Amino acid sequence: MNWRTFAALLARDAHVARRNLATLLLQTMLQPMLFVFVFGRVLISSGMMTESYKGLLLPGIMAVTMVITGIWAVAMPLIAEFQFTREIEDRLLAPMRIEWLAVEKILFGMLQALIAGAVVLPTGWLVLGKGVGISITQPLLWLAVIFLVAVFSSAGGLALGCSVGQTQIGLMFSMVIAPMIFFGCVYYPWSALNHFPVIQKLVLLNPLVYASEGLRGTMVPHIAHLSTLLVVGILLAVDALLIVAGLNRFNHKSVS
Amino acid sequence: MGVGVRMEGLRKVYTSPPPLAAGGGSFAPARGPGLGKKKDAKPKKSFQVVALDGVSLEIQAGEIFGLLGPNGAGKSTTMGILTTRVRPTEGHAWVGDYNVWQQQVQAKRLIGVVQQRPNLDFALTAREILSFHAAYYGVAPSERVRRSKELLERFQLTDRAHEMVRGYSGGMMQRLAIARAMMHDPQVLFLDEPSTGLDPQTRLLLWEIIREYNRSGKTVMLSTHNMDEADALCHRIAIIDHGHVIALGTPNELKRSIPGGYLLRLKFSHNSPGVVDRLRQLHGVTEVQTLGDGVDLYADRGGSLIREIVAVLADYAIDLHDVHISEPSLENLFLHHTGRSLRQ
Repeated sequence: MNWRTFAALLARDAHVARRNLATLLLQTMLQPMLFVFVFGRVLISSGMMTESYKGLLLPGIMAVTMVITGIWAVAMPLIAEFQFTREIEDRLLAPMRIEWLAVEKILFGMLQALIAGAVVLPTGWLVLGKGVGISITQPLLWLAVIFLVAVFSSAGGLALGCSVGQTQIGLMFSMVIAPMIFFGCVYYPWSALNHFPVIQKLVLLNPLVYASEGLRGTMVPHIAHLSTLLVVGILLAVDALLIVAGLNRFNHKSVS
Repeated sequence: MGVGVRMEGLRKVYTSPPPLAAGGGSFAPARGPGLGKKKDAKPKKSFQVVALDGVSLEIQAGEIFGLLGPNGAGKSTTMGILTTRVRPTEGHAWVGDYNVWQQQVQAKRLIGVVQQRPNLDFALTAREILSFHAAYYGVAPSERVRRSKELLERFQLTDRAHEMVRGYSGGMMQRLAIARAMMHDPQVLFLDEPSTGLDPQTRLLLWEIIREYNRSGKTVMLSTHNMDEADALCHRIAIIDHGHVIALGTPNELKRSIPGGYLLRLKFSHNSPGVVDRLRQLHGVTEVQTLGDGVDLYADRGGSLIREIVAVLADYAIDLHDVHISEPSLENLFLHHTGRSLRQ
């Protein structure tokens, strides 16, 4: 393994991200903050929601922000770079096995997802004001869930980015991302679906459910949530699956 | 010590439309059997393009070697295989001592590649493109600065080196792509149709740079459909068509190998049996090929034959509608072997 090449590729991505920092932040942070404000402040202060909703909302918002950031950070550049201009070609020729370029993409996506999580948590908390009621009793488990969510987001981005063409980006959002968010237990806990047993079972196919419920379970354990150990196990499996699928797709796309 | 390139029995069959790694997919897809309406026909097999069919070549260290052929001949696929971007269906290729498929990383260290289509990193400026490229190869930061400065100067890009390349013209992109391939000082430089999109002046500059690079003992392999380029630049040339090498040698050897050297392409009002034999008997004529209402006539002289040809045709009451005389060239060689022009 050629670490110097790997580090240079990371440096390139970091350089590009730094250049686009303002756009990147707006792109990933604005929407979740608007959600936090409308759901967590407007609806609560008008009495349409109870105060306890704040604690329920914040882990969900953190999960969705991390997941969308990771997917976006890996998939969007990949879709562009594999298109007509083949911008990625020069990096595929770097003296390193091409799989490592995919690993670099995953690592970089993870870092962005983690940064997004680290920014959205305090900002969201600030917007929500008093009474969020978060208590992290098992910080290591919490960090483990965060880590697995970051891997899920960037490996998912790799798999998606290598499977979707430029003309299908709109479709990717309406067919994959939007349903994933709305059925991802982001704005409500999984137990809220008790009255919709079929949907409740079906949403278990959506990995974002485990991200939201995992963070909820480690941040607001007093609210009903899926078992955190189960969540960790499933996230591990999803991560492994997406990494393998993503690397496969990447290889397939890179070499004709 | 220079590094050579070798390939043995390379064959490539695309079963799906070739992605751009193959150089732009300029294939005429010959759809194979299997597109039938039968339910058991496997739709997967419906697309099949044989891009290369048993190509074996050896490029010596320190040589400028040219692959000459029309679009879709298999040049880019050959380049793609040698540069790890296309997986061969059969056969092997080596860069130096390294098998390109089994020892990819070592092979990649030795090569610099310019693709047919400029594939610059649009997220970076020209200077950053050169600098990051060298960083991928582990070139030290101070050396990166020095080399990028030198190459930007050499390729006349210094003035706009700080700009994002999105706004570059096609020719500038091509120049930068070539500069980038030289940044890590590779032992073998692969250039896939390098002068596409360059104006004549820049083309001459590029030729000079390639020769200079080669003088330092480096191997250069380039593909082109431009005969002048192949003739002017290459020590040896392989002419390739439909995935086969149809001729191989130095430009002079190849030109000498054309029977007669001169080609007279004649168009008649109609063809008549016997006329071809009579033409063949004319002094200096080495070969006559019938081509619709006309012939391709190879001879060791050009214009002085016309009077005799007209006389022969008069005996058969055939009018001569058109004459095109070309001097010995690689174009004629290609015509001789394939019956088609390189530009077709």
